[in-house]
Parts: sequence; structure tokens; C-alpha cells
Amino acid sequence: MSDKDYTYAVARIRSLELSLFSASTLEQLIGCADYESAVTFLLEHGWGDPQGETDADAILRREREKTWETIQEMVKDMTPFDVLSYQNLFHNLKAAIKGVCTEHVDPGLFYEGCSISPEEMVRIVKEKDFASLPEFMRQAAKEAYETLLHGRDGQLCDVILDRAALEAIAGAGEKSRVQIIKDYARSLIVVSDIRIAVRCCRTGKPLEFMKRAMAECEELNIQKLMQAALQGEGAIRDYLTQNGMGEAAEALAQSSSAFECWCDNQLMETIRPQKYNPFSVGPLIAYILARENEIKSVRIILTGKQNHFPENAIRERMREMYV
Amino acid sequence: MSGIVWALLGAAVAVIFAGMGSAYGVGIAGQAASGVVTEDPSKFAKVLVIQLLPGTQGIYGLLVAFLTLSKIGVLGGQIADISLVTGLLIFTACLPVGLVGLVSARHQGTTAAAAIGIVAKKPDQFGKAMLFPAMVETYAILSLLVSILAVTGIPL
Repeated sequence: MSDKDYTYAVARIRSLELSLFSASTLEQLIGCADYESAVTFLLEHGWGDPQGETDADAILRREREKTWETIQEMVKDMTPFDVLSYQNLFHNLKAAIKGVCTEHVDPGLFYEGCSISPEEMVRIVKEKDFASLPEFMRQAAKEAYETLLHGRDGQLCDVILDRAALEAIAGAGEKSRVQIIKDYARSLIVVSDIRIAVRCCRTGKPLEFMKRAMAECEELNIQKLMQAALQGEGAIRDYLTQNGMGEAAEALAQSSSAFECWCDNQLMETIRPQKYNPFSVGPLIAYILARENEIKSVRIILTGKQNHFPENAIRERMREMYV
Repeated sequence: MSGIVWALLGAAVAVIFAGMGSAYGVGIAGQAASGVVTEDPSKFAKVLVIQLLPGTQGIYGLLVAFLTLSKIGVLGGQIADISLVTGLLIFTACLPVGLVGLVSARHQGTTAAAAIGIVAKKPDQFGKAMLFPAMVETYAILSLLVSILAVTGIPL
């Protein structure tokens, strides 16, 4: 499809962007007295299904479904959006492998709306029919399955699949002719590698583990990042500062939640120019990511309310909004 | 080809090219307008006005074609005897509105679609939003003027 073929969809998305939560709306949600009033606030703002369940998970799940239903209504060819579901697809594979290996498949752990249904994913793993998976998943699926089945190493299984997901996204970004997909892939890999380095540093993981977990990218020298992670958080901060990511270093020095916020905010920065793009698939992809970010922020608030976190603790975890 | 054929070809060029441009422009702006109205029908009137802006080039082309047909007597039923040179002059006079109409209407259509995006998010900025595609109109009007002056100024 040419850029102009998305004119109708982009104009519709512009109208829909008006209903995205702004920072001030989230502030009102944080200000709700308790979890129940926060859920009521969401229902009053049209979230969830008026006739359906009113618990937080159901509301957030329905919101995600609504986003995809809207996009599917507007666009015939969903191929450009495939890359956005790669992480969920690999998550489902992970859930299926663990479910099959432990002989306890929990349907609640699967994401809906991926190109392979949860039932089909479980069947593929059960029957070891890895050839039915897309090419970019086959090898990793087999390796992760055997690792968990024979070695009982759940963490290594996760690492294999997470790395494969990152590589699949990087590959999709390289192949795509759509600029925002390239930018999304680049931004996601950079942030993921930094996140892995920080987590490995904090848990004292060896170099070999990091090598298995990190994906190659042009923006980062992952060899140097791994070496920095081995030396400590200070070295990671120095590396980030030297590579023009001073904000990340500052967030890391501040707190874990500030660093996680920086990671998610990077993605928002990547998609923000799409607010001013009147054509192409870019604004649609940006809208999906903005909705994901919005749902994530609402989930953080609801979890905070459920656990009686003080408002400031919740506020510290708030991501930047697209609008 | 005799002069009358060239003159008629000029009228056709004015109508066809300017009309093609307008059809494309109104079409793309219409897609954007439909997207906005799907979510918010209350903005129908505002987006309709913007959608119609690229339609003027087609009208300009029609106006020049009428002038040309009238001048060469096709409308009155008494076709004038026109020399080849005069026919070519009339054909050339029709080119500005045809060609500039085609290009400007296409660009005005895409600008109108972008302006409809402004109305979608900030309906109170309708006036400003309309100015952006209206700017493109300037060049269509200039070409219309040149075509009218040239067609009416050519002696038969």
C-alpha cells in the first residue's frame, strides 16, 4: 500500500488520539482514593466493556482488543503491523514451552490477537511441530524446548527466546521500507540491550550469559556494554554518558523505576514525530504503541492502588504520554 | 490539423487536466474527511468545506473551456473559420489552467487532507487549517487569469 492509501485511517486516528489519556488524566487517576474508584474512573471514561467484567485485567485486555479491532477495521493488509506482535508471539511460545514441559498449560498466560493462536502454539510445542512456526522462531523454539526439557533451566529458556524475539524485530526493521518500523526496531533493541546490561550487572551474571541475551545493533557497541556491566553500574553509566545517552545514565543513578521509565519513554520519543505525519502507516503504528504505553501506565496505577502505594511512588513510575 | 481542431483540443486540455487534478484532490481530502466523520460526525460541515477546496481547479478549467468554445463559435452553432496559427495560439492559451490546475489540485488535495487532521484534533483552529490548502489556490487562480486573458485577447 502507498502512503496515500492510509489517508482515511490516519484522519480517523487523529480523532481517536483525542481520547488517549494525557498526563493530566493520569494524574486524576492517580488521585483516585482507592482501587475501586480508579476502576470506576476508567469505566466512566469508556474503558472496558460496559456489559462485561469490571476487574482491572478484563478492562485492560478489552482496551487492547479495541485498539486492534479499530486497526483491522481500517486497514486490509495487516503485514506492516506484524512486527508489533513479535514480542507477544515469543511470549506465547515461552508460555507454551513451559506449560508443556511442566504439564500445566495456563490459558491466562497467553496473549490473544497473535498470528498463531494460543491453542495452536501449545499443539506445535506438544507435537514438536516447530516447522509450523514462522522461520524466525523455529530454531529458537527447538533450542528453548530442549533446554527446558533436558536441562530444566527456565532462565536460559527465557534468554534464548527473548534474544530470538529481539533478533526477529531487528530483522523486520532492516527488511521494512517503512521508516517508523526501522526506528521502532532500532529503539527497542538499544533499550533492551541496555536493560539487559543493567539487570545482569545487578544480578552478577557472567559475560557468557550476557552474550546469549544481547542482540547486535549499530547504535551500541555491545562488547563494551558487556564489559561495563561486568565492572558495575558506574561503568554502565559512564558508557551511556560517553555514547550520548546521558539521560539514561541520570535515570539509572536516580532509581530503578526512573530507569524503567526512561526505557519506555525512549519508544515514545521515537514515535512522537508521527503526530505530525498526515499520511503513511506511521501514525497507525504510533497509535498502537501509544495505546500500549497508555494501558501499561494505567496498569501501573491500578497495581499501585491495589497495593496501597503512596501517590508519589506511583507518580515516579509514570511514563510520558504520546499526547 | 486545422485551427479549429487545435482550439477544441485546447478547451479539452483545460477541462480534462484541471478536472483530473480536482478529482484526485477532492478524492484524497474526502478520504481524510470520512476518517474524521467516522469518529466525530459533528465535524462534518467543517471537513466538507476543506474537502471542496481542491474542486475549484476543475471549475476554472470548465470556465476557460466555455470561453474558448464560445470564442470559436461552437456554443453558438456557427463555427468560426480559424487559421492553424490562431488555433495553436488558443491551444497554448488553454495550457496554463490545464497543467497548473492538474498539479495544484493534487497538491491542494494532500494539503487539505493534512488540514483535516488539524480540524480532527483542534476544531477551533478551523480558520487556520483552511488557510494552508487555500494558499495553493493562489497559483491556480494565476493560471486561470493568464488563460482567460490569453483566450480573450487572441484575435480570430
